[in-house]
Amino acid sequence: MGNHTRFDFEHNVTGALADDQLRKNLRNAMDILVDKRRAVFPDSEYLEQLRSAGNAIKRRALKQLPRLLEQLEANCTKNGIQVHWAEDTNEANRIVLDIMHRHDAPAIVKGKSMVSEEMHLNHFLDEQGIEAVETDLGEFIIQLNHETPSHIIVPAIHKNKDEVAAIFHDKIPDTPYTEDVEELTAIARRVLRKRFAAAKVGLSGVNFAIAETGTLLLVENEGNGRMCTTVPEVHVAVMGLEKVIEKLSDVPPLLRLLTGSATGQVITTYVNMISSPRKSEEKDGPKEVHLVILDNGRSRMLADPEFRQTLLCIRCGTCLNHCPVYVRIGGHAYGHVYPGPIGKILTPQMEGLERAGVLATASSLCGACGEVCPVRIPIPDLIRRLRNESYDQDGSAVVEGGGYKKNLAETLVWKGWELANRSPMLNEMGTRLAGKVGKRMPRVGPLKKWTRVRTSPKVARASLHERARNEGVKDE
Amino acid sequence: MPIPKEIIMQSRNHSDRSNTAYFFGTCLMDAVYPDAGMAAIRLLKSLGVTVVFPPDQSCCGQPAYNSGFTREARAVALKQIRVFAKPYPIIVPSGSCAGMMKHHYPDLFAGTPDEDAARLFSERVYEWSEYLATVLAVELEDRGDPLTITWHSSCHALREMNVIRYSKALIRQLKNVTLVELERETECCGFGGTFAVKQPAISAAMVKDKVDDIRRTGATTLVAGDCGCLMNISGAMEHAGVAIAGKHLAEFLWERTNG
Repeated sequence: MGNHTRFDFEHNVTGALADDQLRKNLRNAMDILVDKRRAVFPDSEYLEQLRSAGNAIKRRALKQLPRLLEQLEANCTKNGIQVHWAEDTNEANRIVLDIMHRHDAPAIVKGKSMVSEEMHLNHFLDEQGIEAVETDLGEFIIQLNHETPSHIIVPAIHKNKDEVAAIFHDKIPDTPYTEDVEELTAIARRVLRKRFAAAKVGLSGVNFAIAETGTLLLVENEGNGRMCTTVPEVHVAVMGLEKVIEKLSDVPPLLRLLTGSATGQVITTYVNMISSPRKSEEKDGPKEVHLVILDNGRSRMLADPEFRQTLLCIRCGTCLNHCPVYVRIGGHAYGHVYPGPIGKILTPQMEGLERAGVLATASSLCGACGEVCPVRIPIPDLIRRLRNESYDQDGSAVVEGGGYKKNLAETLVWKGWELANRSPMLNEMGTRLAGKVGKRMPRVGPLKKWTRVRTSPKVARASLHERARNEGVKDE
Repeated sequence: MPIPKEIIMQSRNHSDRSNTAYFFGTCLMDAVYPDAGMAAIRLLKSLGVTVVFPPDQSCCGQPAYNSGFTREARAVALKQIRVFAKPYPIIVPSGSCAGMMKHHYPDLFAGTPDEDAARLFSERVYEWSEYLATVLAVELEDRGDPLTITWHSSCHALREMNVIRYSKALIRQLKNVTLVELERETECCGFGGTFAVKQPAISAAMVKDKVDDIRRTGATTLVAGDCGCLMNISGAMEHAGVAIAGKHLAEFLWERTNG
């Protein structure tokens, strides 16, 4: 899945909805994540204060983003971290490849990184004859099964333990079938330890990059992230440019929001703060640390005061967990790297509306995502804005592919709707006509889709307008 | 049972307790649920409110607003702003339409010559149960037989208007009514306006789960505060042969107290 495959959302949705096991796995997993988040934030007043703080910190960072990025580069460089800039994923991939070549490394061990997914790095390296080894347990599982992540935090969430047992048994040589979670984890550990020991280069993402100190902060629960960033001689960190924050004191509220929203944890098992490669007096740690800062459309988002809010995201995934659409179709149906509500606003901006605009229609605008977002991204408002840009009636669209859905038929329908709702006479005529058509409206057009699982709305013989008039309700 | 004090105190402005109030009937109520609309008006009148129903009203504009047709939405919204011109409170029997008029009108008209008018209009908007519970601090007397119901929380009533507490406080005043709550009361029913026909398969899966949840409560009536959700859920129940009645809160309360 990715850039090159054709994207047929409807087909994906139909497939996902028909997969009972998938829907059961998703519902169970999302229920657990939602409950855990609720339990870790029992005081709603405190949570709201925290969300406001998170929003303010990220807003402040975005406001001075160019300066902070320069400061981050300067401080990282001072600390001995080599900083690389990539305008698009192609450039980012090339940078990683160069590092691999320079160290003559046949394989790279990877901690969990959504930006590396955005780069389709594994696929790219594979074409260059380099093996990318996913070491996060979830990523490890789906890599064995040649799948992509279905969730940005818990990539194998669509699998239950029986399915994982079968994958391990089938794909890892000499592995007896077991559904015991401890044993499964031990198997993964056994396989991965060898890879860590042999790897010359390790890769990680970045949760927060602190400009003031030149520090890369990484959260994880398995220790594989720390292995990737400390065991190999070379550590490459990849990040989207929105990950930079101003100062160290910005970290505590954001960290609390991130781990609480993502997995319902007060704090993760590991919080790694990387400030430099191994120093001369130190006995371990990587000899080289590289930071690849990726744009890939982000500065375009930054330029628009409304779309800019997409970049507030700290990738906690809680909008996925609370989304009534995501829980039913899962991450793969979205056909792109970032699924769920955040994917609905991020993907069309990255890929263009023509390719991914359909995602903006996959929302009932119920508002559950906006309600839980730890940094208060108004996701429903941004979805609505993308719908506007899809038709681009006033020629103001800023997203690539703006106006791709513009068509006369739909424009006329809404024009007609407007006229009927501005003219009391037309409005009353319309309602009356519909009431006279009989008990049921004819099942054509949208009603045909509506009536697949519902009866047709019954238009009343006398409208409320008529009833109010007849019953003497005052009219002014 | 009187409305708890802390709920009344949440009322935005006690001076809104004027004798006269506008009623915005919503387009769905107008065409499909006029009984609910009349019940909402009658209940207000029985509580001493002089209800004004401007005949030139139509739709809040949300269908176009959420579908990418902002210009058309603005034109229809402006019509409402002009029609509801007097400084009366505007009572809306839908959390979704009320949310549109209260929270989205200011954005919709931002930077236009009608910006101030839109803001002043939005400040007068009340969801129907909110007005009853806070401004009128109503005490309902249940005259109906014992009945078990369940309640669906509409997304915009919950997340934009934050009025579910008022709707439920009114239901809890009915001494013969047992409210069995849904397992996933706050999960969207899958209506979402044009979403239901733009993504019919996802919407169908959502409403099916909602109906299953409703069935599990053993209730004989589903009460909700939004006609969009009702039309979706009731339509799905009827299609599936589920004999549970769907009722708008206003119609339900009117029947219980005056039936």
